[in-house]
Amino acid sequence: MKTSSLESGPAEKICAELDARSVDLRIKVIRVLQASRRGHLGAAFSLMEIMRVLYDDVLRYDSANPRWPGRDRCVLSKGHGCLALYVLLAEKGFFPESELWKFCASDGILGGHPEYGKIPGVEASTGSLGHGVSIGIGMALSARYQKHDYRVFVVVGDGESNEGSIWEAAMCAGKHKLENLCILVDYNKQQSYGSTFEVQDLEPFADKWRSFGFGVEEVDGHDVEHLRSALKSLPLEMHKPSIIICHTVKGKGSACAEMNLKWHHQSSITDGQIEDLLRSLPEVD
Amino acid sequence: MRKTCLDMLCRLAEKDDRIIFIGSDLGYGTMERFKAEMPDRFFMEGVSEANVVGMAAGLALEGKIVYVNTIATFITRRCFEQIVLDLCLHNVNVRLIGNGGGLVYAPLGPTHEAIEDIAILRAVPRMTILAPADADEMRRLMPLTVDHRGPIYIRLGKGNDPIVTVDHVPFTIGKGILMRAGTDALLLTTGVTLRLALEAAEHLKEHQISVSVLHLPTIKPLDTEVILEHAGRVPVIVTVEEHTMIGGLGSAVAEVVAEANFQSPKRFKRIGIPDVFPEKYGSQSSLMEHYGISGEAVARTVLGLCRLSQYSRR
Repeated sequence: MKTSSLESGPAEKICAELDARSVDLRIKVIRVLQASRRGHLGAAFSLMEIMRVLYDDVLRYDSANPRWPGRDRCVLSKGHGCLALYVLLAEKGFFPESELWKFCASDGILGGHPEYGKIPGVEASTGSLGHGVSIGIGMALSARYQKHDYRVFVVVGDGESNEGSIWEAAMCAGKHKLENLCILVDYNKQQSYGSTFEVQDLEPFADKWRSFGFGVEEVDGHDVEHLRSALKSLPLEMHKPSIIICHTVKGKGSACAEMNLKWHHQSSITDGQIEDLLRSLPEVD
Repeated sequence: MRKTCLDMLCRLAEKDDRIIFIGSDLGYGTMERFKAEMPDRFFMEGVSEANVVGMAAGLALEGKIVYVNTIATFITRRCFEQIVLDLCLHNVNVRLIGNGGGLVYAPLGPTHEAIEDIAILRAVPRMTILAPADADEMRRLMPLTVDHRGPIYIRLGKGNDPIVTVDHVPFTIGKGILMRAGTDALLLTTGVTLRLALEAAEHLKEHQISVSVLHLPTIKPLDTEVILEHAGRVPVIVTVEEHTMIGGLGSAVAEVVAEANFQSPKRFKRIGIPDVFPEKYGSQSSLMEHYGISGEAVARTVLGLCRLSQYSRR
């Protein structure tokens, strides 16, 4: 059994350096903030490698046919992390990149939380926390009933895991032994008011999920190789749903945003702040 | 009414493999036939309404038609956000079947009395609300719920109610049904209080007052056309419902009538449960009588308004 983050300390688990692609994706997120002057930057940077590996290496999809029945379903349950999703969906061709520059604008399709039916590639409207896992369970049960081989991925937050509905869903997924369901938790240990340890401690987090009937793996959520190898070995245990607890850093990659609660959400972002953010990213060859 | 609803659902599911049933820890033996015949489409989940409604949304997003059944208070209050976001925002084909709409569970107290279910669901875009009057009407409406686009709430009244609807009038979602035509007053009602409105109309006949009874088994979308057509012809309009007077049928009709700006004056009254948590136990009918929801009380209200109307015309 792997040790929980509390025992080993989160910092020891998160040591990955960002590569050029990860930095480029972050620059694009900053450019979206520059265009809209607002957004949840901390969550987007925390999630970036999780979403990148899903869309680069794991998910089956056809961006020209977003409703292709054979696609894997990916639900971003922590909808406020949508900037990470949007830059990837644009890059993969689900919608033109020009939409990114209309983030939260009245003539755009991309809102501050993802909306089903408006944004090609978005499987469910999220934003209010605690909804995505149950929706994902329904999708996974449908696949089982229809003997389809698509898989369902649901990305949830640590603060989101305060919601009772997450644990109702966890019991349900465990009961149904949903092998085709994988939850990824963005465990950056920061929620809106403060650290998860002071607001609502989730530990022993991995043990909780195990006790609900999940196969559990813990990874450095910014280590692309580690994420890839965990996601390539699904299901983590036979006849069980999987959960990958991704130890992450809120605002990862930006020296001024990392673990800085002010960057959970910002509006009226100034040119100076944009310059600071761009300068704060690591230099990568 | 509940038995008819679930029996119909079983029959519809036998013919349509898109239909899925989810119960939330229902009574032992419920839907046994469905479970035996279609086990892969039968789900009995725990006491977890939020998860059940989200799960139903996920199944519906994959093209299934999902019927969810539990007690009306739990399926509306406990998981309200899942109803708003997972069902209505996504506009999915999930049908919520709420047992015990109104004061059916009077002996069990306010935790089980669904007296504001219509009000809270009426405020949510894309929700369709159905409240049939008896088992026969339930039998006629259930087939229509299969291919209807978007979420539906089906309010189950108390079973074993006398049959007051008629077979030759087809059920159409969104359409009111004129049960009786009159010239002095209009009674508008929904669900099982149709019986009381018809009783009131009989009482009033003895007083030479001729009453129209308009049954509105679809509360949303409301058949405003038929309401205006019949409201325009009479001086007295009264609504009757087994629901709080805030936000239910009476409010909905009041909104329509107030905005119609009729040339002739109208006397208007809502009959329903006042803005309280029911303070007594007893039975459904004893509580309804306590709140003046009975054929006789409705007749008295209409009579009073008709006299007032005649007096002011002299």
